[in-house]
Order: sequence, then C-alpha cells, then structure tokens
Amino acid sequence: MTSSSYELIIKIIVPALGKTLFMVLATTVCAAILGFLMAVVIVLTDKDGMRPNKYICETLSTLVNIIRSFPFIILMVSIIPLTRFIMGTSIGEKAAIVPLTIAAAPYIARIIETALKEVDKDLIEAAKSFGASDAQIVFKIMVVEAVPAITSGITLAVISILGASAVAGIVGAGGLGAVALSYGYQNFNETLMYSTVFVIIILVQAIQTLGNFLYYKLK
Amino acid sequence: MIEINNLYKSYGNNDVLKNITLTVGDREIHGLVGRSGVGKSTLLRCINGLEKYNAGSLKIDGFEIQQHSSKEIRHFRKNIGMIFQNFALMERKTVYQNVALPMKCWGYKNDEIDRRVRELLTIVDIEDKIHERPKVLSGGQKQRVAIARALSLNPRILLCDEATSALDPKTTRSILLLLKEINTVFGIAIVFVTHQMSIVKQICHRVSILEDGEISAQDEVSSLFFNQPKSLTNLLGEEEPVPGEGINIKITHVENSISSNILSNMVKELDVEFSIVSAKLEYYRDTALGSLIINVNEEHAQAIKTYLSKLPIQWEVLSRESQTASG
Repeated sequence: MTSSSYELIIKIIVPALGKTLFMVLATTVCAAILGFLMAVVIVLTDKDGMRPNKYICETLSTLVNIIRSFPFIILMVSIIPLTRFIMGTSIGEKAAIVPLTIAAAPYIARIIETALKEVDKDLIEAAKSFGASDAQIVFKIMVVEAVPAITSGITLAVISILGASAVAGIVGAGGLGAVALSYGYQNFNETLMYSTVFVIIILVQAIQTLGNFLYYKLK
Repeated sequence: MIEINNLYKSYGNNDVLKNITLTVGDREIHGLVGRSGVGKSTLLRCINGLEKYNAGSLKIDGFEIQQHSSKEIRHFRKNIGMIFQNFALMERKTVYQNVALPMKCWGYKNDEIDRRVRELLTIVDIEDKIHERPKVLSGGQKQRVAIARALSLNPRILLCDEATSALDPKTTRSILLLLKEINTVFGIAIVFVTHQMSIVKQICHRVSILEDGEISAQDEVSSLFFNQPKSLTNLLGEEEPVPGEGINIKITHVENSISSNILSNMVKELDVEFSIVSAKLEYYRDTALGSLIINVNEEHAQAIKTYLSKLPIQWEVLSRESQTASG
C-alpha cells in the first residue's frame, strides 16, 4: 500500500467511520425507545395480554407490518418531506436518522414483543396472584426477565441499522456507505472501497461480539 | 373460609365448571382431583380471581371477589398465595430477590423485607441458597423458594396448582411434609389441585373429585376411599385381576384392632375355606384403610356374606361383567 493511499484512508475513512457510528448509535437509541413503547402497547393490548384491546393492538401491528414491508431505500425517499419537517433538511447524517429510526423501530418492536411474550405465563400469573399491578408486571417482571433476549435481538437490529446506514449514503447521508459508493463504485478506487468494506466487517464483528458478551453476562 | 355456591363458568358454549358447591374450612387441606382438562385448575383460579365465573357465588371470608374493583381485588390477593407446577420463579433473580418480590411490589421497607425473607427461607429450609439463581437449584428447591414467595405476604390460603407434578416421589414427599407443616404451624388453609391420588392420601383432610366440570364426589379422604364411590374408581381406573372361578369379595375396612382380625375370626366362626387374592393397607393422612379381596367357593358365599354384613366394614361382590367391562 502506498503512503498516499494510506493517507487517503486516514483522511477519508476515519471521518466517515465517525459519521456512521453516530448514525447507528443515534438511530439505535431512538428506535429502541420507540420500539420498546410499541412492543409494550402491543403486548398489553394483545388478546392474551393484561388489557386486551383489539383495535389498538391490530392498528399498531398493521402499522408495524406496513413499515417493515418497505425496502429501506424506498422508505427513505418517500418520507423526505417528513424528514425535512423534523430535521429541517433531508441531507446528511442527522437527516438520515429519521428514516433509519422509522425503519428500525418496528423491527425492534417485534423483537421486544417476541421477547416479552416468551416470558413464562405462570410467572405472570404468580405475579397477579400476589397482587402486582399491571405496570409492575410489565416493568419489574416481564422486561427484567426478557433482558437477555432483548439484548441479542437489539444486536441483530444494530447490524441491520449499520447496513441501512450505508444505503443512506446513496441519497446524501455521509458515512462509510457514501465513501464506498462515491470512491469505489463511481471512481473505481478499489483500495478505498475494500478498505471501507473491511472496516464494516470489523464493525459487524465487534457489534456481534459485544452483543454475545452482554447476552451471557445478563442471562 | 372459602364458600363456593352453584358456581358456573363457560368459555363460549363450552361449560367448564357446572354447579360447583364447595366449602373449605379454616386450617383445612382440601384436594381437588380429576383427570386433565376437567376444570380443576380453572376452579382454583376462580378462588383468587385470576379467572372470572359466569354465575353463582364464591366468597372468601364473606368477600365476593367478583363484586369488587380490580384495585380491591389486588389488595385482596395478598390473602391468597399460589404455587405452580413449574415453579414460576424469575430466572434472572436470586432466591432472595424472588422471595422479596411480592413485598417489593407492595412497598414494604427494606429492613422488614430482609427480616421476612430470611425468616421464610429458614422455614422452607433453603437459607443456604439465598444468593443463588433458580437455574442452579433442583426442582424441589425451586418449589421451596416458590412456597416462601407465596407465604411472604402472610396469606391465609395457599393455592397449589399441580405443585408436585414435576417432582420425583421422594422430593414430592418432602414438599408435602413442608406444606403439611405450614398448614399446622401457621394455620394456612391449602387447596391442592392434582391428578395424583397419592398426594390426596398423604396430606388432604377432604377431597372433591371433579368430572366434566362438576363435583362428582366430596368427602373426608378416608371415608371416600372407604366408600369407594364410582367417581373414585373412574379416576383411579385400576381394577385388580381376580380369579375367574368362584366368587370374589372385596372388603374395605378402617384399620383397628377389631378389623385386623376379620379373616382369622371368620375362619374360626364359620369354618370356611377361601384364598386371599390381594391384601393391602394404605395410610390416608391419619387413618389407615385395609383392602382385601378374597376368593370363595359358591357354596360358602352366602354364609360369608351374612357374616360380613354384621361387621363395621364395607364389602362387595366383584361381578365378572364389571371386571371385563372395565378391564
């Protein structure tokens, strides 16, 4: 590797990595909060839940399915007005957080919903039998028991978000995806493209390793 | 304490409980037995309001659970502990935290919780595992933790839903001993749902047999086995093999000094011959019941029947038709 291409990597990939990490982290936090809220509402209003409500449950569930049927790139383009309304712009990493969050939240909602529904039904009955309130059952028991499953689910989600953030590079968000596209695909700079891919592989490995570590730690 | 009158429950068109009338007294251990799916667990859940019923009444010390708000029901549930077949513990919490959970939910002070948890773990004899997680405990130990948790709010009734069905016989016996002790020492009434008759024999004072959502027999345990109603034999489904020749007579008696000599006295008095097909002695809590089947010649049958009729025992001639039919 020549010193000039080494310099290029440092100059271009390092800032891009920072932008990618920012997008992924911010999206994960926002999507996890939104997804958690959606999951709790779905689980509570489910027909076997503590406050069955067909309308709320079905509406939310359908919404989740609709958003999840969009290919990410289409979703991102189609909600540009919303992105502009929230962030004031539709270009850049900050703007990309809006479509990334909207795409990731339903995914995380399903992951958390499944994890919460896996909690032992007898345990929930036991909690009811000693007079725990619905809020206590959800937050002190179901969520606590589901933490390991939620952690490994969110690990999956973070890796998906990383993939989607690269796609966001196509329409103006910065980051590793944008670098691979503009330098690699459009300028035939293979060194930069493969370096970017290499960095992404390392990132995925790191996220998965961290996720596994947390899973066993929390279990 | 628990008074159930003409309780009725259905899921859609499917009647799961019909015309249930049942009382459980203070300090009583009451068994609810029946095959799977006859509604015994549903009935148990009606007692603490986890299941609703469609008609009839269910009162705990005069408190008709279905007439109260959900908040009142939550408070009321402190009076009733419950344990389950698969223990229902929080896997991610320690033994200590599991037992403390109900008190945490009710906002007890930490020093009070600490004192009570340690006291309870001593009662259920598992204080050495206080900081372990349930996954390292055996089934019997997990059930002990669950019992401690169920007792944490000082309930007056303990509901057991197949609480020993996942345990081996030896562990089952130790858990039953613990429940018996809890019943006598703390005067807590216990309602025990099970499909295992052996459990009823070991700890219950009284028992109700459920068949198709109805109570088909209800009695003191020893009288039930003494009288052998049809629903009991249906449930046990056991029919002993007997010889095809001659007449088979089944004798059931409460074990005491008179009854233990039935056969030898009969031989002396009647001078008849017979053979013993089977004989067994079983303990029901505090009473022992003997059960004998003898085979006699047709010619002696009448004399023996007359003789047996004069004794304070139950007897019946086993008809061959019923044996082949139920065999």
